[in-house]
Amino acid sequence: MGLNEKPLSTLHEKASYDLADFDVPTGREEAWRFTPLARLKGLHNGKAEAAGHVRVDVEAAPEVTVETVGRDDARVGKSFMPADRVSAQAWNSFEKATVITVPREAVTSKPTVLTLTGTGDGAAYGHIVVKVEPMAEAVLVLDHKGSAVYADNIEFVVGDGASLRVVSLQDWDDDAVHVSSHHASLAKDATFRSFVVTFGGDLVRLSPSVTYTAPGGDADMSGVYFVDAGQHLEHRLLVDHSQPNCKSNVDYRGALQGDRAHAVWIGDVIIRVEAEGTDTYELNRNLILTDGARADSVPNLEILTGEVAGAGHASASGRLDDEHIFYLQARGIPYDEARRLVVRGFLGQLIEKIQIDEIRERVMNALEAELNTAESVAEAAEPVAETVR
Amino acid sequence: MSTLEIRDLQVAVEDKEILRGVNLTVQAGQTHAIMGPNGSGKSTLAYAIAGHPKYTVTGGQVLLDGVDLLELSVDERARAGLFLAMQYPVEVPGVSVSNFLRSAVTAVRGEAPKLREFAKDLKGGMDALSIDPAFAQRNLNEGFSGGEKKRHEILQMELLKPKIAVLDETDSGLDVDALRVVSEGINRFRASGDTGVLLITHYTRILRYVKPDFVHVFAAGRIVEQGGPELADKLEAEGYEQYTKASA
Repeated sequence: MGLNEKPLSTLHEKASYDLADFDVPTGREEAWRFTPLARLKGLHNGKAEAAGHVRVDVEAAPEVTVETVGRDDARVGKSFMPADRVSAQAWNSFEKATVITVPREAVTSKPTVLTLTGTGDGAAYGHIVVKVEPMAEAVLVLDHKGSAVYADNIEFVVGDGASLRVVSLQDWDDDAVHVSSHHASLAKDATFRSFVVTFGGDLVRLSPSVTYTAPGGDADMSGVYFVDAGQHLEHRLLVDHSQPNCKSNVDYRGALQGDRAHAVWIGDVIIRVEAEGTDTYELNRNLILTDGARADSVPNLEILTGEVAGAGHASASGRLDDEHIFYLQARGIPYDEARRLVVRGFLGQLIEKIQIDEIRERVMNALEAELNTAESVAEAAEPVAETVR
Repeated sequence: MSTLEIRDLQVAVEDKEILRGVNLTVQAGQTHAIMGPNGSGKSTLAYAIAGHPKYTVTGGQVLLDGVDLLELSVDERARAGLFLAMQYPVEVPGVSVSNFLRSAVTAVRGEAPKLREFAKDLKGGMDALSIDPAFAQRNLNEGFSGGEKKRHEILQMELLKPKIAVLDETDSGLDVDALRVVSEGINRFRASGDTGVLLITHYTRILRYVKPDFVHVFAAGRIVEQGGPELADKLEAEGYEQYTKASA
């Protein structure tokens, strides 16, 4: 490398609107090695014909405009380029996009809720643009439910000094397949808060990314997931620091239970040469509750400048801590209840960050329901424990 | 009257024999001090009685009012009336002190306490141990100082009202003020009724505040000498050297 050449990132350099620029994944690629391609139902190889529907219902805050537009709308596809084959497939396949605009300096009086309902009749492709104009503030909920084979791109374009909070719930039926890319683009001093909750679906692969177009941006991305037997829930984060003095914080936590429950978390952070004064931290923790469950957790931090304010990452996957359970049991709390307290505490600490009461309660209730199935899984194994006694 | 009866207890950790036949009876109304050098097996005795999975009981019995605790799970032992104040209470992220205490009291009493009554008991207990009320909202033991953790252990003991409490080096790492507060808590508990205390300690200091009825010297996994409170004074003067030599 010559003295005048900038070092290049090795993470996520490829991006294109052209499907032909992406080979059909084989499973050997770094970006696809954890994903069970056979269960994607053709989203990755062009065989998933757009025969189905995912209905988009919007309950908007009064300050917000909601439009359904065609592919040629000037606001669509401006903030991002697809970075993998399925994202490019979705980009080339969607027919109508939903564009949500929060006007300049507007502060929304209530959350805008997009309910995306799969009708279970074949593959579907979608596109959503959320544009928050300068100095505006908005809260958005994406609620995915029903049965679907669905690939989509979502653009979050956050203007100068604007703030966007997003909660994305993947509350799909058991057979759903969802491959989604969230692209957040932050202008000067913009604030982005994302909270992802993935409990449902057969296979969910969600790739939230953040780019900065000017200094001063601040992104905070949290996620919780609960993986049951047979489920594959994958979250691939990318924060691309290409501007000075921006912040990012990533905290994803998951619990896994049951045979072939599989969680994948990839946390890529790039701090480019220009991005002096970057402050970033990423964390992933997994709690593995039963045998047969597997968590893959890969943080990648690529620092191309010497001038960072802070950069760190941590990843930890493990069993319930015997010492925690012993302590609670030693105070008379039965094993199942002790386990519940620990798991609820582990995920609840993050769930507390959801500021919409109704959504936070719904997520806590969903967690309780998952913990109840956890108990029935544990009970099925009880005879073994009994004979040991 | 409750009785804890330890009969010929033998315990191993990872195939290494630690307790080699311990016999001890603690009756309600009595306070027994177990003293001994580091590594003599004192803490092993405490954790084995409570049922920590790391310790394997290879022989003997531990009876609480005739029920063999060794046949019970950890939580069943606690509900039967056993309490262990731990030397190193663990931090449990995301579980608040008040939520934990309410769950524990509910489990031990077999029914949820009335909210108002519980709040009153909790406040009273915290006041008596000079614990900041804000602790109730904090995560269990998270960021607590050594002294705060120990006071919190005593608070649990006072709320759960066990028949027999085993205190594992509750005095270690406490400054004099904290030691006095903790000792007062133990004395309140002793005076509260039909309860026995097994106080495990390395130092005689706490015995100036909590007067034992019996003192047992532990060395190499068994009790090697027993006596009244005067035995503690002898240990204070002479140390453990004679016992460690004898057992080596």
